[in-house]
Amino acid sequence: MDERPATARRPVPGVFMKNGHPPSVFGSLFAIKNRVAAQMSRQRVLGQTGRWAALTRVACAAIALGVALPALAVQVTDDRGVTVTLAAPPQRIVSLLPSLTETVCELGQCPRLVGVDRYSNWPASMASLPRVGGGLDPSIEAVVALKPDLVLLATSTRAAARLEALGIKVVALEPRNMADVRRVLAQVGRALGLPDADAQRVWFRIETALGTIAQSIPPRSRGARVYFEVGSGPYAASEASFIGEMLARLDARSIVPGNLGPFPKLNPEFVVKADPDVILIGDEHFTGLAGRPGWAALRAVREQRVCVFPPAQADILVRAGPRLVEAARLMAACLASRAPTLPTVAPSGRP
Amino acid sequence: MSPMARVHRRAAWLAVLLLGLSVLLMGIGAGVGSTGWASIRKLAGDPAAWQIVIDIRLPRTLGAWLAGALLGLAGAVAQGLFRNPLADPFLLGSASGASLGVALALALFGASPLAASWLTTLGLTGAAFVGAMAAVLLTLALARGVQHTLRLLLAGVIVGVVLGALGSLVTLMVPETMPAMQAFLLGSTGFVGWPACVPMGLAFVLCLATAWTVSPVLDGLTLGEATARSLGLPLGPLRLALIAVMALATGAAVAQTGLIAFVGLAAPHLVRSVVRTTHARLVGLSALAGGVLLLAADLQARSWIAPQELPVGVLTAVLGGGYLLWLMHRGRGAKGAV
Repeated sequence: MDERPATARRPVPGVFMKNGHPPSVFGSLFAIKNRVAAQMSRQRVLGQTGRWAALTRVACAAIALGVALPALAVQVTDDRGVTVTLAAPPQRIVSLLPSLTETVCELGQCPRLVGVDRYSNWPASMASLPRVGGGLDPSIEAVVALKPDLVLLATSTRAAARLEALGIKVVALEPRNMADVRRVLAQVGRALGLPDADAQRVWFRIETALGTIAQSIPPRSRGARVYFEVGSGPYAASEASFIGEMLARLDARSIVPGNLGPFPKLNPEFVVKADPDVILIGDEHFTGLAGRPGWAALRAVREQRVCVFPPAQADILVRAGPRLVEAARLMAACLASRAPTLPTVAPSGRP
Repeated sequence: MSPMARVHRRAAWLAVLLLGLSVLLMGIGAGVGSTGWASIRKLAGDPAAWQIVIDIRLPRTLGAWLAGALLGLAGAVAQGLFRNPLADPFLLGSASGASLGVALALALFGASPLAASWLTTLGLTGAAFVGAMAAVLLTLALARGVQHTLRLLLAGVIVGVVLGALGSLVTLMVPETMPAMQAFLLGSTGFVGWPACVPMGLAFVLCLATAWTVSPVLDGLTLGEATARSLGLPLGPLRLALIAVMALATGAAVAQTGLIAFVGLAAPHLVRSVVRTTHARLVGLSALAGGVLLLAADLQARSWIAPQELPVGVLTAVLGGGYLLWLMHRGRGAKGAV
């Protein structure tokens, strides 16, 4: 664990440098008191000589402790810009966002969770935890009854302010893209009092797995233009979305440009005009494509290059969390089986 | 006993009944929730149980009653002011204004860190209140004052529709905010704490006092505008005061609890189905009835699927709608509350 402020590690030269600790005006009073008492008892043994030197040492030690003590406390700045100080690593955590639940578990800290929202369904052990309602409209009382020392939730809920008013530590994080997943992994790890290396290790594992999956896609399927629908609006995942980024990692590309926002509502005409190579549907209320005016003529529909993910898989695909490896695997399997042979865009595989 | 005295006595009895019901429901409110009566039993020994009862259930119970009372009061004022039994507190566009405010706040929240820190200070509550007030002011501006009831009504409808559409548009542009927006639109008393009870309590006292003082104009208006004017009532300023009451009461309730349907519409009808009295009494009784209605709905919202919760707005819509339907059929041909 290396959470100390930088000053603690890099002593500055000065009068109080005997112990190698810098002075600080923010020394904890408790620490000073304890340390002074300890030093005073030693002082009696030392006798009268060197009183000033001893006093200096007392001051140094007190200051050193004062600097070292807050190091146990952890500070995390969340997505609201609020800096939360946790005096000790939390042991009773309530998570109100599935991706945060998964992040905690991926860091190996699943047993510290004592309650989750109704949408947190992975890992399976979550089924036995108390459900405190939806992530945005949880029962405040049910959360408090679990006596949590940390609540993880999304930024857009009013529950954050209410729980904070009740004296409960709240960290609001909302991962939306791959960079966020990495950042949130680190932030949650820090909030949990884990060494930074833990989060880095998990991210490294994710990166490695993503690389392997990207490699496994047959060259003939690379460069596919993909339409990924997340809701019948139709709402699509653009290049700027988490899904778009994953597709890019898999050498595919969303037909929806990123400047429309991550999940824009499209005019169905747009899709007909773009004529994607593959269509991926991650919508649990999906009813079919051929009935949409003009869509029956789409190449992907005619040649049945459409992957419809069942709800359990759609969950994985749309959550920006540590299970993105599974998501990538699902997408890769679809691309490998459904993407047409693309002679013009395939970078290799043919002379 | 003169008929008027009999009506007044009946009104007084109804007030006592509603007050008694309020107290009873508040007592139940301290005991109903995710952990049930266990929290009451362990009150002395367990700090968490203490916090649940004192800091969560009590303010929430009081807050639900206050929000209902504000809506009931605003409903009675609206129905009297517009001489329309279908008028409700949201008539001047405050609901759409509040939802537009919340939609904008949610959309901007993700947009930039600066906006996020600014909005954290204001909160969704502040955004909803500002939106509701702005919508009423816009309605007044479009109606060019308060002289013409019909113009005011039309301006309110227009502002309601347009701001509602703009709110939907903002939500459509940023679909990630949709679930949070949904939560606001369905209304919830779950996030009401003591700090939220204070503004609602102040607004309630202020609105009740003003409405009580100004209520003779509502009695005058039941005879028609010309008659009211011939009685020497200064219609303009009094109307403005009533609209201010309506806006403040609705804004305060909506900001803390989201959009709660039907309480404002049903409470005055509930009172009128029991006793037809002067507006001074109707306003007070409607407030009591609104408080009882929303508190009763809140208790059910907490307990039906505990430890999870139903959005209370859904319950008030179902219960309030059902009640009005029953009232409509019962009252058909008879004196008819609706």
